[in-house]
Amino acid sequence: MSILIDKDTTFIIQGITGREAVNLTRECLDYGSKIVGGVTPGRKGREVHGVPVFDTIAQLVEHNGGVVPDGSVVTVPPAGTKDAVFEALYAGIKTIVIVTERIPRRDVAAMVELADRSGARIIGPNCLGLIVPGVAKMGGIGGPAKNAAVAYQPGSVGVMSRSGGMTTEISSTLTAAGLGVSTAVSIGGDAIIGSTYAELMPYFEADEQTQAIVIYTEPGGRMEAQLSAWVKENNSRLPIIAFMAGKFMDDDEMQGMSFGHAGTIVEGKEDSATEKIARLEEAGIPVVQRIDEIPDLVKAKIAERSAA
Amino acid sequence: MRKDAIFIGVEVKDEYTSDPALGAKLNEVCPVNIYRGTETGVDIDEAAIDECVLCGLCYDAAPEGAVAVLKLYEDGAALR
Amino acid sequence: MRFFEYEAREIVKRAGIPVTDYGFTTDAAEAKTIAARIGGPTVIKSQVLTGGRMKAGGVKFADTPEEAEAHAADILELEINGHEPRGVLVDPKADVKQEYYMGVVWDGAAKRPLMLFSDMGGIDIEQVAEEHPDHVGRGHFSTLDPFSDFMAKQVIADAGVTGKALQRCTPILARLAQLFLDNDMLLAEINPIAELHDGTFVALDAHMEMENEGMGRQKALIKALGIGAEEGTRETYVPSAFEEAVSAVDAADHRGVIQGKDNGFDGTIGLIIGAGGGSLTLTDAVRQQGGKPANYSEIGGNPSVAKACGLAKAVLAKDGVEKIAVMMSIVSNTRVDIVARGVIKACLELGKDPAETIAIFRIPGAWEEEGFKILDKYGIEYCDRSVSLWEAAGRAVAKIQGEAA
Repeated sequence: MSILIDKDTTFIIQGITGREAVNLTRECLDYGSKIVGGVTPGRKGREVHGVPVFDTIAQLVEHNGGVVPDGSVVTVPPAGTKDAVFEALYAGIKTIVIVTERIPRRDVAAMVELADRSGARIIGPNCLGLIVPGVAKMGGIGGPAKNAAVAYQPGSVGVMSRSGGMTTEISSTLTAAGLGVSTAVSIGGDAIIGSTYAELMPYFEADEQTQAIVIYTEPGGRMEAQLSAWVKENNSRLPIIAFMAGKFMDDDEMQGMSFGHAGTIVEGKEDSATEKIARLEEAGIPVVQRIDEIPDLVKAKIAERSAA
Repeated sequence: MRKDAIFIGVEVKDEYTSDPALGAKLNEVCPVNIYRGTETGVDIDEAAIDECVLCGLCYDAAPEGAVAVLKLYEDGAALR
Repeated sequence: MRFFEYEAREIVKRAGIPVTDYGFTTDAAEAKTIAARIGGPTVIKSQVLTGGRMKAGGVKFADTPEEAEAHAADILELEINGHEPRGVLVDPKADVKQEYYMGVVWDGAAKRPLMLFSDMGGIDIEQVAEEHPDHVGRGHFSTLDPFSDFMAKQVIADAGVTGKALQRCTPILARLAQLFLDNDMLLAEINPIAELHDGTFVALDAHMEMENEGMGRQKALIKALGIGAEEGTRETYVPSAFEEAVSAVDAADHRGVIQGKDNGFDGTIGLIIGAGGGSLTLTDAVRQQGGKPANYSEIGGNPSVAKACGLAKAVLAKDGVEKIAVMMSIVSNTRVDIVARGVIKACLELGKDPAETIAIFRIPGAWEEEGFKILDKYGIEYCDRSVSLWEAAGRAVAKIQGEAA
């Protein structure tokens, strides 16, 4: 099993004719994903790697015999992202991956609010999407199919990461250790994102294949506090292991500076790495110092749970 | 004509260097603008050679044996 | 982008929020004229993009226009936390009965804007929230639905405020909430909003910060405030020579993205690292193993050879940097061979031996077979994904600092 997508999931690419989108389409098709169409206004009638392009989602749905696709990968420029996502939500699409970075926060908040009302889920923005190893990927995560196959093998660990690149680094480490990955989600590095750790936990909780969770996190924001609260309230069957990058940002001379991702800025005490680590550990989520410590700890935690 | 940078060498066989149509075509397909079409034929931009991404599109665009991309870090092994 | 107080006041004024009859000037003599026009006691306030101006002597009270001129002359010369003032604001000294706080910020966890109100104005709201939580009202509002005044009223009432103050503050907070959204703000704060003895309410200070990502569609406002394009996003720190060099290399070529920072770094380990999360992880790994980085950097989005080369040259141009460590988390878009070419080219062009200069190369992933061939040819120590980021960082520290020590 998996979360959010599976072998039958159909999706579209909005902004499919862009340079990055063309690559992403190739990668997803090669990996076995079912891309049923693309949208770029003014490019109706074109094809991208055999995928038909339309001006509107309505045209695409009509072409598909009225069947609304399950998901969309949105790769349009920041000024047009909100409109593209609204188009998808109004069409009834329920799983939306937003790749675009540098979207104004007001637009992100509006997209997320409308998604909530529509019963839809947004992953991102500023993310690489998600991958179910050996089954499908939705977004640039893991890169070309042959690279993704090396780093991602099916297994028992769910991965959530604020960094797209570190999703692959961690998954590769889990794969090399023989644990493998159930579903890996690049959740995005912005200050407001569609799906936080805590919001994705119920999906992993319901996925029998998943036996443990690994998260990658950074300074900035309050997402870890939210996860800690969720864990305390929900008696989860899943052990969670966290890795925190950017501890150096706690130094006085780094205050107020942003590194890595837009959301990574220490604005208050609660945002700092030290504070976040304390909160996570208080909720029983161990925070490792090194990525290579993760597999042994995951194995130990899984053994602990099955013995209990 | 052959020009070598640090990592990559590019060769256009002499019998093709004065073909402006080929120059224009190579100019169009090369994503990093190594080839330049001139009025008299094909030129190679030495400064762009090391940007070669080994895509092979120039091989596809030119007649068999007309161009070669050489990996100087691999004893000059040709891409194809 | 942060705004000076005089600009922030203009923004609230445009939104229909009452402000005092203040004046802004860069000239002490004009401060006198403004004070004379105001008539009566004034406050002279330094216009700087930094906090703590009261403590630093950047706010002074004057009884006469002459005194206002003298204070303005002093304050215009006064540097605060390394910032030269943009000018001074000459404000009528208000006859304050009570000070209130109102502000709007983003709540990342709730994913909505959040209004805050307190009847304990004039001091830091975080302090009030900690010490007197019952004096702070809060309320989220929608980015989809039209704003309605009752939403502001609830927040004010939650802070325990009723009567005239509630009635008068409600439309002001509603306007602040609206301007926050309309102008793509990250922070919109009026502290204090003052109740005067005549019963009117007026903004005595305002703090506004616009999201950089929103600036593109806020050009009209930015222009109306007289802010030129040359001011950019008004970053609070002055970029170093290294940071400027890296920005120039990045801007020269649209392929890929590189960033470099060295404010706060003073070691000798040159870091050519990426991408966002990988850079954070590697910087920690170097430091936790006793390493002192010379810089921070990020490579992403598949940069050209020239760009990778430019970054490596900028790092190697830094004082005390003899060697670089080239490390990334597994790449799927950025290419191993292209980065390898770039960093080797930088060494060669600077007349350095790549095998000596590149202490370690750890970038696994896309096109690694090709990249490893290049690294072999130049005798550079490299490793694949079986060597962790931590271990690669440790080797870099040992090779670079070990030899230096």
